[in-house]
Formats: sequence, C-alpha cells, structure tokens
Amino acid sequence: MEPLMAYVVGGLYAAAIYMMLRRSIVKLVIGLILLSNAANLLIFTAAGLVRGTPPLIAEGAQVPPPGVADPLPQALVLTAIVIAFGVLAFAVVLIHRAYEIVKADDLDQMKSTDT
Amino acid sequence: MTSMPSLILSTAARVLLPLLVLFSIFLLLRGHDLPGGGFIGGLVGASGYTLYLFAFDSSAARAALRMDPRTMVGLGLVIATLSGVIGTFVRGEPFFTSQWWEVYVPIFGEMKLSSPLIFDLGVYMVVLGSVMTIVLTLAEAEE
Amino acid sequence: MRPEIALPILIPLFFGALSLAVWRSRLAQRWLAVIGTGALLASGIWLLFATLNQGPLVTTLGDWQAPFGIVLVSDLLGAIMVLLAGLMAFSAAVYSLAAMGEGHERFGYYPLLHMLLAGVCGAFLTGDIFNLFVWFEVLLIASFALLILGGERAQMEGAIKYVTINLISSAVLLTAIGLVYGLVGSLNMADLAVKFADADAEHTGLITVIAMLFMISFGIKAAAFPLFFWLPASYHTPPVAVSALFAGLLTKVGVYALYRFFTLIFTQDAELIQTILIWGGTITMVVGVLGAAAHFEFRRILAFHSVSQIGYMILALGLMSPLAIAGGLIYTFHHSVVKTNLFFVSGVSYRLRGTHELKELGGLYRAAPWLSLLFLISALSLAGIPPLSGFFAKFVLVRGALDLQFWVVTGIALAVGLLTLFSMTKIWAEAFWKAAPENAPTPPPVEPGQPLYLMYLPIIGLAAIAVLMGIFGEAVFELAMLAAEQLEDSRIYIEAVLGENP
Repeated sequence: MEPLMAYVVGGLYAAAIYMMLRRSIVKLVIGLILLSNAANLLIFTAAGLVRGTPPLIAEGAQVPPPGVADPLPQALVLTAIVIAFGVLAFAVVLIHRAYEIVKADDLDQMKSTDT
Repeated sequence: MTSMPSLILSTAARVLLPLLVLFSIFLLLRGHDLPGGGFIGGLVGASGYTLYLFAFDSSAARAALRMDPRTMVGLGLVIATLSGVIGTFVRGEPFFTSQWWEVYVPIFGEMKLSSPLIFDLGVYMVVLGSVMTIVLTLAEAEE
Repeated sequence: MRPEIALPILIPLFFGALSLAVWRSRLAQRWLAVIGTGALLASGIWLLFATLNQGPLVTTLGDWQAPFGIVLVSDLLGAIMVLLAGLMAFSAAVYSLAAMGEGHERFGYYPLLHMLLAGVCGAFLTGDIFNLFVWFEVLLIASFALLILGGERAQMEGAIKYVTINLISSAVLLTAIGLVYGLVGSLNMADLAVKFADADAEHTGLITVIAMLFMISFGIKAAAFPLFFWLPASYHTPPVAVSALFAGLLTKVGVYALYRFFTLIFTQDAELIQTILIWGGTITMVVGVLGAAAHFEFRRILAFHSVSQIGYMILALGLMSPLAIAGGLIYTFHHSVVKTNLFFVSGVSYRLRGTHELKELGGLYRAAPWLSLLFLISALSLAGIPPLSGFFAKFVLVRGALDLQFWVVTGIALAVGLLTLFSMTKIWAEAFWKAAPENAPTPPPVEPGQPLYLMYLPIIGLAAIAVLMGIFGEAVFELAMLAAEQLEDSRIYIEAVLGENP
C-alpha cells in the first residue's frame, strides 16, 4: 500500500507544480489545491498505513492492542484540510475580485507592482 | 429570491425552523460523549435559518436570527476563549484544563456541567454566525 | 501554572473576538484596539521579566504533559519577540486611529489586527511544530485580509503573489512536518531535538532533507534570497499602518522560526546549514540594498531595505557563535522598531503631500522640520550611524563575524551599510531637502476625528526607543547575550520542557 501511496503523492506534487507554472491564475489555484492535498496525503502515508485496526481500547484494558492505527496523523490531516479549505476559499475569492479589477486571467498582465 | 414563494415551503419552514433549532441544541448538548457537538449543532441550526431564508427572504431570516450574525461570531469567540481561562482563575490550573461541575436538577437527576460544554457553546455560535454571515451576504448580493 | 505565558495569545484572541462582537461601533473598536494592544505590550514586558528571573517558562495546554500535549514555552528569544510584537502592535494601533480610513475600519480592520497578533504571538511561544503551522496559518489568513483592505488594483496584484507564495511555503512546511512525524513520531520541539540528536546514521540524509524543507519554508516567510520576490511586490500596496506592521512583524516570524529550528532541532549537519545560511544571508543583503538603490518610491525603497536587513539576521544565525546570534537578536529588534517607524513617516509624508513618489515629494524639511528630524533618527539608525540602535546591532554582528574570521562577509556587510546610507540620503534629499516641485499632487482629504498628532505619537515613541537602545547599548547587549547563550545551549530548553532527564 505504501509504495502506491508514495507514487500518488509524487504524482500530485508533480501535477501541482506543473499547474502552478502556468500563466493562468485559475490553473495556479488548481495547482495550490493539488499541492495542499499532496501534503495531506504525505502526512497520512509517512505516518504509516494500517488497515482495519481502529485505535480503541477494549473494556477493562489499559492499553490498546498492538498494531493499532495511529490517530494523531488523522487529526493533523483533518486540521490541515480545514485550514487549507479556508485559505483556498479566500484565494478563490481573491482571484475572482482580481479578475473583476484587472480583467485578465493572465499573471503576465499583473506586473504593475513588480520591480 | 423568486417573486412568488411557494406556500408549501413557507408553511413548512415556519414549523421546521423551531424544530431544527431545537434539534441543533440537542446535538450541542449531547456532543461531549456521543456524536454531536457545537460544530454539527451550529451547522444544523444554520440549515434551519437557511431554509427560512429560501422560504421568505434575507430580511426575514435576519429578523428570525434576532442577533446580527457577525456579533454572534464575536460573542461565540469570547465565550470559547473565556471557557479556557475558567480553570486558571478558579483553581490555578493550566489554560484549557477541563472543569467539571455536577449539578442536581429536579426531575432530571444529576447533570454534568463542564467547561468543554461552554467551549462548545462558543463553537456553536461561531459556526452558526459565520455560516449565516456567508449565506446572508450571498443572498443579499443576489437581491 | 504560568498565566503570563498564555496571556500574549489570549489577550489578542479575546480582544479580537470582542471587537468583532461590537463590529457596528467604530468607536468601541478603536478603543478596544488601543486597550488590547496596550495589554499585549504589558503582558510582553511581564513575560520578559518573568523569563529573565526564572529561566525558560513552560505551560501545558489542558494539562496534557509534554511531549504528548501542546506546550507553550517562553525562553528569552520567545519573550523578546513577544515584547517586540506588543510594541509594534501598540504603536500601529495608535497610528491607525489617525491613519485608517473609515472604509477600512468598517471592513474589520481591528478584529483582523488582533487575530494577526494572536497568530504572531502563538508562533513565538508554541513548543510544538504542528501548532506552529496552525499559528502561521492564523497570522497568514489575517494578513491576507489586511493586505487587500481597500481593494485597489495594486493590492489585488500584490495579494495574489503574496497569497500564492505563502500557500506554497505552508505546503512545504506541512510536508516537512509530515516527514518529521513519519521519521520520529513526535512533534514536540524539545523532544525532536533529543530524538534527532541520537538518530541513526542511516537517517542523516533524510534529516538534512527535512532541515532544508524547513529552511525553504521559513526562508520564504522571512523573505531571504532567492525567495523574497513576493515582499517588494506586495508590501507597499496596503494602507501604510498595515505595511508598517507587516514590515515590523511578519518577516520576523520567519526569522524567529529559523533561529528556533536551527539552534535547537537541526544541529547535526551544522556545516552545510551554516554555509547556506551565511551565503544566503549575504546575498540577501546585497540584492535587497541594490534593489532599493534602483527605486524612487518611498515605500518600495523601504520594502527592499527590509529584504536587505533580513540578510543581516540570517547571516548572524549562520555564524552561530553566541556573539553573532546576540547581534542578530539586537538587529531583529532594532530593525522592527526602525523600519516600522520609517513606514509611519512615509504615511505622514503621504498625508502632507498626497504621494509616495520621491520625484513628486519635496520641501518636507521646510513644512515639517520635526518630521524630518524623526525620519533622520530612524534612517541613520537603519544605516548604522552611532550612537543609534543600528550601530550597536551592526557592531556586535560584525564583531562576531570578525571573531570567526569571515573577512569577505564582514566586508560585504559593511559595504551594504554604506549603500543603505546612500538610499536613506536619497530619500532625505528628494523628499525633505529639495524644494517642493511645481506640479505636486494635492494631499488627500482628511477625515474628521483623525488628528495628525496621533500619527506623530508612535513615531516619536519608536524614535525614542531607537535612541535609547543606542544609549543603553550595554544593557541591551547583555540581555541579547543571555538569550543567545540560552539558544546556544539547547539543553536548557529541553530540560525546561521535558524535565531533567529526558
């Protein structure tokens, strides 16, 4: 399972970077979405994938049985997803407003504040 | 909004709004040990008000909400922040340490009150307020 | 129980929530901004004195013990940075009373300001790397919204670059955190320091990769070469109080994270990291100052100088000796004070003349002699003229570099100081000294209830601090030395968090 996930993560990073190198701002945002998802999947994979063993402690026992899934990366990924959702929502609104003002979906048209 | 609101929808919304709000409060209260909590409760409550908005219009939904949604977000954040410092000022424990009080209520018997519940109440208000801010802003932009 | 550690996070959170609750009342928000940031400044002073007297302070959140729960740690570095945040916030809040238009205030300027501060202080105090990521996001989203307050075309263009590059930086940070967790299964900084120190030799390569990921992520946030292009493209676009706060605080968060990570956690492959930091810092200095030399817009020059000065701080970290790091800390504090003040001055000059273009400015010396004096204090301090704060910061740093016999780097640092002086005299000659040009634009209309003295008060206060940091240079130096020694000996931090025998 891990090697497959590693390929998926690698593919997502590659796709994200390819999209971010385009001039279109919409594609830039798609690239950012892919990038944040790649990072989330990476956390998930790097922490180890275990199937079918929820981290539950049986009644009366003090410790969970060996080999349970680690709940922490799931909490981390959940937090990261929520944060990425909020930030990307902001980014989408921002490019919409920028499009209304600049009237272009092209990063090359947005050079007036550059040096 | 459409010029002619559906009679069925507006009649149903009138009944469903209090039911959904009641259900959202139920979810908020049972949330500590069982599925539920402030986040889900807030979303359910917001769905009730959104339904009301669809049935009538944004000003009616605003009136039904009684409080400005942005004020609600602020108050919710204040409550959530304060719930974290209760233990500090009462018992000198680190911030956000859970505090529990057992209260005897006639008929219901013993009930557990806790600072996580107060935190959840703050979350409830923040979620309800922010969803309603978004929905009302969108609806008013369309009108 | 240590209330003073959590207060710098809770105060802005609380006041931010409160000013959101009263968002209809502009007056209440203004008062809350001044009171809240004043309280933050007071709690910063309290925290610094407590840390100074008792050594690093630690509090666990929700009473979950380290390394399992999230801890807040205040060592001298963190406490000094929190004090700096309080100082910048308070002066920016007072300045905003006169400088912020009603439209900006109605759009939630003050709640966003508080949220930004909560994120900044949280990042300075947390002892957990995932929590650091969360605080980074809190401050980022507040800064995104602050950056586009007003919604002008330049702001939108600047914001797109700023948002994109910061999202990439966050994704890189998240990637690095994921790899760290996969490698050692812990996120507590002190615990990581212990675990990386006794990691197997086969993992050295991966640890170096992780260290580089963190360096890139924080390097973007600190605006180090070659990752700084977002800063001059965006920092001059928002309202001037926001620019001032950003220049004073946001890049410093990146610098702080670099200091924390590369003195505490990643100390194995020191030679490679030091070489990258030293040359990265040096090139940042040169590129920033050359960029500033080419510009004729008041705030753009200041933005490029921010990049240049960040180079000094990174260079100090790269040298890694206590003396150099102490110099870097003084530099960080001094630069925040002075650069914020220069942005404040540019705001006053805009109010008097209605433009930021140096060609169209002029005659300010005749019109506002006191403003000229205040500008001169900050500008000369930035260039490092004795007896102002910048001189001692540069002096300690250069002394640290000379002790380690980095002759070339020292020479470049001094030359960059001269070029800084050149840029500052350019502003002085164009904006203050030369006569006002014929076709000068008219100053913008002033809203009622925004007296000019409220803009002068923070400028005078910060200029006084720049002078006092020079006069009481020895006390400042001793404090910075103590902080640097704490950073140098990572055992102090680890024992404070994990107990005596981790």
